[in-house]
Amino acid sequence: MNITIHLNGQTLERNILPGTTLFDFLRNEGCMSVKCGCDTANCGLCTVLLEGKSVLSCSVLAARANGKHVRTLEGLQQEAEEFGAYLAGEGGDQCGFCNPGFIMNVIAMCGELKNPTEADVKTYLAGNLCRCTGFASQTRAILRYLKDKEAQRDVQR
Amino acid sequence: MLNIRTYALPQSPEEAWTLNQNRANRIVAGMMWLRLSRRPIATAIDLSALELNGISQTEDAFVIGCMTPLRTLETHDGLNDMTGGAFRDALSHIVGVQFRNTATIGGSIYGRFGFSDPLTLLLALEAQVTLYRAGRMSLEDYSRMPYDRDLLLDIRVPLFSGKVAFQCVRNTQTDFSVLNCAMSRTSNRVLCAIGARPGRAILAPCLNGALADRPVALGKSIAEHIPTGGNMRATAEYRKHLAGVLAERCWAQIGGAE
Repeated sequence: MNITIHLNGQTLERNILPGTTLFDFLRNEGCMSVKCGCDTANCGLCTVLLEGKSVLSCSVLAARANGKHVRTLEGLQQEAEEFGAYLAGEGGDQCGFCNPGFIMNVIAMCGELKNPTEADVKTYLAGNLCRCTGFASQTRAILRYLKDKEAQRDVQR
Repeated sequence: MLNIRTYALPQSPEEAWTLNQNRANRIVAGMMWLRLSRRPIATAIDLSALELNGISQTEDAFVIGCMTPLRTLETHDGLNDMTGGAFRDALSHIVGVQFRNTATIGGSIYGRFGFSDPLTLLLALEAQVTLYRAGRMSLEDYSRMPYDRDLLLDIRVPLFSGKVAFQCVRNTQTDFSVLNCAMSRTSNRVLCAIGARPGRAILAPCLNGALADRPVALGKSIAEHIPTGGNMRATAEYRKHLAGVLAERCWAQIGGAE
């Protein structure tokens, strides 16, 4: 079947098998930031933005993304680098395997929630599993990132 | 890669229903559980084109289209205002935001999964379902029915003014509930649903006698009358105990004997 997907600002027209997941499609298109962890829709490693909302690409058919906008970490380099620095600064970046999915969900959270509390952050990111950090350093990194972003916005106002 | 031969995007419920009569075809809802199945699918029936994704309010109910993601219910102001945040409480523990952005309420309710949190809450709210051929029926009746090949179109949550509480116990955050409990109270009745028993959620028998007494009597009554079972998450005895405890907590949350 033929589909058209707007991937990171680029329009792709492809012929795919009906059972192709968005995850397989994206990997075939060279988006290697999208990784498969659990393959059971639990770990959050394969998170991408579909029409601005975070979804698990392992559990979405590519056919369902037909005509829609998909963003991966490759298309959000600036935001990823900015937040990645906070992760590294707080020791929240150890093996790094979960980082792409984690960063995608943080970006989705920043777009959806206004002034999230620590509890909001923990609830929002509960679907991103990390087996290195224990989440404390990541939580610190996010809270610092949000605080600095808010300060930047205040200065701009 | 899933084993799907063809993909169909029906433009009408009739077309979807007709396709679904072939046992080799499957309706694709959120696809979160379907993708774990190894069964080959002749035609995947995607209901996305039927405009069943959204929540509207009528004179007497909220109408939730079957393709509405769980996250939409979780963050819906109307549903949460009416229930004191019970939808948020019931849904926010399910895996993660990414999962709830994709998983649909129709998939959850059609599946009538034993572990379902929304099924328990909706039972306590006296929800109804609309099926394409069978028409409207109570969710309680639907939850007892065997699986068939009808099409679930929407779920209706009657408007009411009262209090609602949802409580659950999980071994770890984002895991399935070991047991969940939802209670709703209006001026003239109290309903209590218990789910993840681990069987399908059920409504507790009439509570009026127990309500005349202390909450502990309510808890004992629930624990006595709700059948529970054991699995890898908990034993039947532990679940029975939890049923009483969660019912008491729900009762306290919705105002107790006030």
